[in-house]
Amino acid sequence: MSALALPWQATTQVGNTTLNIGIFLVFVLVTLGIVIKVSKQNTTAADYYAGGRAFSGRQNGIAITGDYLSAASFLGIAGAIAINGYDGFLYSIGFLVAWLVALLLVAELLRNTGRFTMADVLSFRLRQRPVRTAAAVTTLAVSAFYLLAQMAGAGGLVALLMGITDRGGQSIVIAVVGGIMIVYVLVGGMKGTTWVQIIKAALLIVGAGIMTLWVGTKYGFNMSGLFGDAVQRAQAPLLSGGLQYKNKIDFISLSIAIVLGTAGLPHVLMRFYTVPTSKEARRSVVWAIWLIGIFYLFTLVLGYGAAALVGKDAINAAPGKQNSAAPLLAFHLGGEILLGVISAVAFATILAVVAGLTITASASFAHDIYAQVIKRGSVAPDEEVKIARRAAVVIGILAIIGGIFANGQNIAFLVALAFAIAASANLPTILFSLFWKKFTTRGALFSMYGGLASALTLIIFSPTVSGTATSMFPTANFAWFPLNNPGIITVPLSFFLGWLGSVTSDEHNEAKYAEMEVRSLTGAGAEKAIAH
Amino acid sequence: MSGQNDISDERAARYIEVQNSQEFADLRKKFRGFVFPMTGAFLAWYFLYVLLASYAIDFMATKIWGNITIGLVLGLAQFATTFAITMVYARWADRELDPAAAKLAEHMERGELR
Repeated sequence: MSALALPWQATTQVGNTTLNIGIFLVFVLVTLGIVIKVSKQNTTAADYYAGGRAFSGRQNGIAITGDYLSAASFLGIAGAIAINGYDGFLYSIGFLVAWLVALLLVAELLRNTGRFTMADVLSFRLRQRPVRTAAAVTTLAVSAFYLLAQMAGAGGLVALLMGITDRGGQSIVIAVVGGIMIVYVLVGGMKGTTWVQIIKAALLIVGAGIMTLWVGTKYGFNMSGLFGDAVQRAQAPLLSGGLQYKNKIDFISLSIAIVLGTAGLPHVLMRFYTVPTSKEARRSVVWAIWLIGIFYLFTLVLGYGAAALVGKDAINAAPGKQNSAAPLLAFHLGGEILLGVISAVAFATILAVVAGLTITASASFAHDIYAQVIKRGSVAPDEEVKIARRAAVVIGILAIIGGIFANGQNIAFLVALAFAIAASANLPTILFSLFWKKFTTRGALFSMYGGLASALTLIIFSPTVSGTATSMFPTANFAWFPLNNPGIITVPLSFFLGWLGSVTSDEHNEAKYAEMEVRSLTGAGAEKAIAH
Repeated sequence: MSGQNDISDERAARYIEVQNSQEFADLRKKFRGFVFPMTGAFLAWYFLYVLLASYAIDFMATKIWGNITIGLVLGLAQFATTFAITMVYARWADRELDPAAAKLAEHMERGELR
C-alpha cells in the first residue's frame, strides 16, 4: 500500500493545465447550478439530512456509487494494478464483495428503523445518551480519517494535473476545493449533495468506460494479449500475486477490514435514509453493486492497459507516481482533452466524497450530540438544522486544515484506517443491535469504544506509523505491532466485547425491542418520505 | 433514560403482541433463513479466495488459456457470484419477503394477527 504515497517534487508535467482547470470549473459551475435549483426547499431536518427521503432506489444507488468510488478507488486501484498487477486487482474485489453485507444484513433494516444517522438505530432500544455519544464518536472518527484521505489526495492530484509543486500553492488549492464543498453542503443539504454524487458517478463510470473500450479496441478485445504486453513491458510477473502484499497475515487483516467495514461506514449508511421505503433501499444497493462492480472491471483493464501502453517507468517518473497511471493512460489514448476530462472527473470525485462525509459528520454532531445528548431531545427541528449547517462549516474548515497538514500522507493507508475503524467500532454493534435480543447498552459501549481504541492503538504502534522507510515517521521506531492493518485482531475483539458486555449486564427494554424488530422487518411505523 | 425510549403502554402492548404472533415469527424465520446462510456462504467463498491468493500464489498464477490465470478466473468468479447473489436476493425479497411483510402489516392494522 505504501506505493500509493504521493511525492511532492513534481518533475514533469503532462497535459494542458489551463484546459484541466477549465474543464473542472465547468463541472463546478454546472453542479452548483443544479444544487441551487434542486435545493429550493431545504427547510426541514428530513430535507437537510435525508433529501426529503424522496430519491428513487436507482438515483440513490448511483449516488452511493459516487460516494464510494473515491479518488483512492479510481486513481489508486488503477495505479496499483499498473505497477503491482494481480495484487491490485485482489484489493478491488474486497471492496465489491463487502456490499453483500450491506445488501443482506443492514440496508433495509436500517432504513426501516432509523431516521437520520447510524446512532438512531444503535440507540433505538438501548440507553439513548451513552450509546448516541459512542456512535457519534465513532462516526466522527471514521469520517475524519476518510476526509483526511480525500483532502490529502487533492494535494497530490494538484501536483499531478496542474503542475503546482510547492506546498503553499497546493494548500491554496486544497482550501479552494474545501470552500466549494462547504458551499455545496450549505446550499444543497443532502439533496444537493446527492445530485453532485449522481453527476460525478455518471461522469466517472462513462469516462472509465470510454477508456476501457479504447484500450479494448487497441487489443481487439483480447485480454490475454493485453496481459501479455503488460507483463513484457513491465518485466515483472504482473499476473501472479505477491508483488504488493508481502505479509500474508497483513493482507488477510486488510481483507477483513474492507469486507466488514463498508457496511459500517456512516456516510454510506446515511444514504439509505434518502429513499422512501426499505424496498427502495434494497434497490439502491442492487444498483450500487452493479455499478461499482462494473467500474472495478474497468479499472482491471485500465490498470493493465497503463502497464502495457504507458509503462512502469513513465508512471513512476510522473508526479504522483502510481496515482498518475490512469491520467497518463488517458493522455496516451486521447491526448490533452481526455486527460483534462479524466482529471476533472478525479477532482469532482474528491469534491463529492468530501461533501458526503461533511454532511454525515455534521448530521451526527447536530442530531446525535447536540439535539439528543446535550439538549436531551428538546430542540426545534429548525434549530437542529441551523446547528448542522454551522457544524458543516466548522468540519469543512477542519478538513481543509487537516488536508493541508496531511498533504503527502499515504492515501490508501488513511482509507484502510477508516475501514478498519468502521469494521471494528461500528459493524459489530450494528449487527448485534439488529439481530441479537440480549444485546445491552454495556455491550454496545464495550464494543464501540473497545473497537475504536484497540484499532487506533494498534495502528499507532504499526509499521505504517514508524519503523520503516515508508512510515509516517521513518526516523522513529516504536512499532511493536507487526501488521499495518489491525482488523484481524480488532474486529473479533469488538464482537467479543459486545458479547461480554451484554452477558455481564442485565437490561432489556421489551417494548422497544418489540417495536424495533417489528418495524425493521415490516416497515410499520418507519419514517415516510416528505411530499412537497 | 431519555423520554424517547418510553413508548405508551398501548403501543408497547401492540408491538409485543405482533412480535409474539406466529405470523411474525414465520416472517423472521423466512428472512433469517435466507440471509444468514447466504452471508456465511459468500464470506466463506471470499476468504477462501483471499487465502488462496495469499498462500497458493503459484497455483493462482497457473496459466489456463493464453495469459489468463486461475487467479484471474477465480477473481472474476468473485464478481460473478456477487452479481448473482445480488440478483437472487433481490428477486427473492421482491417475490417472497415483501408480500409476507405487507400481509403482516395489513393484519396488524386490522388487528387480525394469527
